[in-house]
Amino acid sequence: MAKTIVQEFTKGLWEEIPPFRLVLGLCPVLAVTKTVANGIGMGVAATFVLVCSNILVSMLRKIIPGQVRVPCFIIIIATFVVVVELVMQAVAYPLFLQLGIFIPLIVVNCIILGRAEAFASKNPLAASIADGLGIGVGFTISLGVLAGIREAFGAGTISVPFSETVIQLFGPSFQPFTFMVEAPGAFVCLGLVLALMNLAGK
Amino acid sequence: MRDIIRMIVVLGILAAVSGFALWGVKTGTAAKIEYQQLKFVKGPAIKDILEGCSNDPLVDRFKIKDGEVERGFYVGVFDGKANAVAYETSGKGFGGDIGVMVGVNLETDELRGMGVTTHAETPGLGSRAKDDPSFRAQFKGLSINEPFKVKPDGGQIDAVSGATITSRGVCQGVTDSAKFYTRLKPQIVEQARAFAK
Repeated sequence: MAKTIVQEFTKGLWEEIPPFRLVLGLCPVLAVTKTVANGIGMGVAATFVLVCSNILVSMLRKIIPGQVRVPCFIIIIATFVVVVELVMQAVAYPLFLQLGIFIPLIVVNCIILGRAEAFASKNPLAASIADGLGIGVGFTISLGVLAGIREAFGAGTISVPFSETVIQLFGPSFQPFTFMVEAPGAFVCLGLVLALMNLAGK
Repeated sequence: MRDIIRMIVVLGILAAVSGFALWGVKTGTAAKIEYQQLKFVKGPAIKDILEGCSNDPLVDRFKIKDGEVERGFYVGVFDGKANAVAYETSGKGFGGDIGVMVGVNLETDELRGMGVTTHAETPGLGSRAKDDPSFRAQFKGLSINEPFKVKPDGGQIDAVSGATITSRGVCQGVTDSAKFYTRLKPQIVEQARAFAK
């Protein structure tokens, strides 16, 4: 069953949206979704790496020998991750300080290696770009939603990505529910969103 | 056999191309990254140390070659005279190197202040060397030419409680920096003079 380019893109937004449908790449999802700005920043960085690595893997899919495909994918992915790391340091240094170790860890993010192996290495260029873009945008949305819930309850704020603006939601008498911005809160939140999505998908 | 050669060639070319690309990006962004680090990591420490100066020390800076390494100095202008500089040095802490920013009064060789820039110390313990103003305040007014030591080592500095190794690292960094400060002082004074207003 061949899918159109549009279908390849939109499947990343609901059918296969990471990390809810493809339960992959949970480490950054749980760790960086304390604030919306961090979540979206991470999502954009991962999307860039995902699209670029899908492009290269798809273009080189006939040249790369099967036995060494994983090392080749890792080289490609790692290169783009370092590019992201350097560019982020140059243009968004505070975000880089916040995300810290999780930027280099995009190299071993299962979603990106998974898409390279499962999709880009078997499909033509246009479909691979659409796939990378779809999954990347889906990942960014998921991180944004998760971070939005956690930040709203845990800190009573919503931070606007790529700026220093922070919107206060509930006024001065709000008592922050700090559990939500701690690690266990991330699991609970992820579980609840997953449950809601399963319910909606029925 | 041919398969093996093909694998080696493909992997080798891929690695080489990626290496060149990264070299390009690194060179392209180096200047920008340096400025960003200056603004967000060193900036707060420098501003704190040279508080009350009438210029912008992040703009009024110069570098001096000291043998192999290049050292950066940030000039503070007080009462119309460029009589203070801040520079960065490092000491060995508990979790790695600690970046220490030192501000020295060029006329009296007394410390104007000290601040920690980068560190990998334990949050809540060693990290207080950076955040606790009373630890940093002890350095103010001491002469750079004396050795700095924590009290358990027979010195004059009260260590941050629970973080003796971190405090020792900071003291070590400041003491070490006296060597190159003294060695480079004539050059520092000369270069700093250009920034007087």
